[in-house]
Amino acid sequence: MADRDMVSSDITEVQPASGVPWLNIKEVTGDFVRGLWEEIPLFRLVLGTCPTLAVTTSATNGVGMGIATTFVLVASNIMISLLRKIIPDMIRIPAFIIVIASFVTVTDLMMAAFTPELHHALGIFIPLIVVNCIVLARAEAFASKNNIIRSTADGLGMGIGFTIVLILLGSVREILGNGTWFDMPALTGVMGLFDYEYQPMIVMVLPPGAFIGLGLLVALANKIEEKRKGKR
Amino acid sequence: MDNVVEILLILVSTIFVTNFVLARFLGICPFLGVSSRIETSIGMGMAVVFVITLAGLSAWLIEKLVLVPFDLIYLRTIVFILVIATLVQFVEMVIKKTSPALYNALGIFLPLITTNCAVLAVALLVVQKEMDFFPMLFFSFGAPVGFTVALLLMAGIREQMAYARIPKVLQGTPISLITAGLMSLAFLGFAGLVKM
Repeated sequence: MADRDMVSSDITEVQPASGVPWLNIKEVTGDFVRGLWEEIPLFRLVLGTCPTLAVTTSATNGVGMGIATTFVLVASNIMISLLRKIIPDMIRIPAFIIVIASFVTVTDLMMAAFTPELHHALGIFIPLIVVNCIVLARAEAFASKNNIIRSTADGLGMGIGFTIVLILLGSVREILGNGTWFDMPALTGVMGLFDYEYQPMIVMVLPPGAFIGLGLLVALANKIEEKRKGKR
Repeated sequence: MDNVVEILLILVSTIFVTNFVLARFLGICPFLGVSSRIETSIGMGMAVVFVITLAGLSAWLIEKLVLVPFDLIYLRTIVFILVIATLVQFVEMVIKKTSPALYNALGIFLPLITTNCAVLAVALLVVQKEMDFFPMLFFSFGAPVGFTVALLLMAGIREQMAYARIPKVLQGTPISLITAGLMSLAFLGFAGLVKM
């Protein structure tokens, strides 16, 4: 049975159902979904921890950083996929870094112009997207070998996966450390019903809270994966 | 005398108060990746001190001599990352020629440093904060020393932890992160030591 499945999937690769040789819907969705759990950055691969720990003092900052990184990921994946046959193999890493650095500069200047508050809150970590291992890792491992549509799906999936973790960690830290969620009172409001004032755990918004929070989240992800594997 | 005090303050604050790894979250990847044994941590630490001090110096010089006079400040990120990549290659070649013993000790760590975000961060911070020459030099030296201190402490703890029984879901990255969190909590004790 398994053998027959493999054969049939081989045939679909040669003759995709859509009739366009470079577009295979199944493949593209696979590339997109993979970044959301299977190879979700931060949980599975533990790449790009520096900005994650630094900016997640609030959920809003997490969203901002996530969107900025997703933009750079998608844009650089597209560009590198387009240039993959032109860039000589010997100098591909410097070439990738230049492409990434250009898009990071674009993001940096755009955010300074349109969202100055967020730009100030994220500070030095916007230019540091250049050295975020996720971006270079996807360029090297995926975009330099695959066509533009698959690379876009991969960049989008990885970016969204990264953003989800940022929002999770940002929410945990903001709710526990400040009693608010996206700047709205969350715990304070609930506790107010019982006429009890919430004492924020300040340590969660301080550096130690970032390390411990992410450590526990990764442990939780490991637990879920273990359960999933056990079921199969 | 004032200068000596100022330099000491910069060193103490970059090594302990605003430690690059534990308070500023820079260079976490090598901090988690290369901290399993003390010997390798020493090698990595030395390589990082060497490269970051040079990177801070060259970024400062490029900013003053090229980017500002030619009004090219918006190219900062691109120029700095290129300079760092080149610098790492250059340092590798020079060490290989002049001191094979040191090259063998640092060898595999040098290429890894390009993607250490602490390097680019130091380059950007020295120009963003518009430091003068000597503060810049000691900042670029103190920052990687702080990184090395954290790395060595972590390696010491992890060598002990190898014999500990850790719940399965916490093994690997989670327990390292939690350990780092507790170290960071301890380093919070230095806060307020120096007012910068």
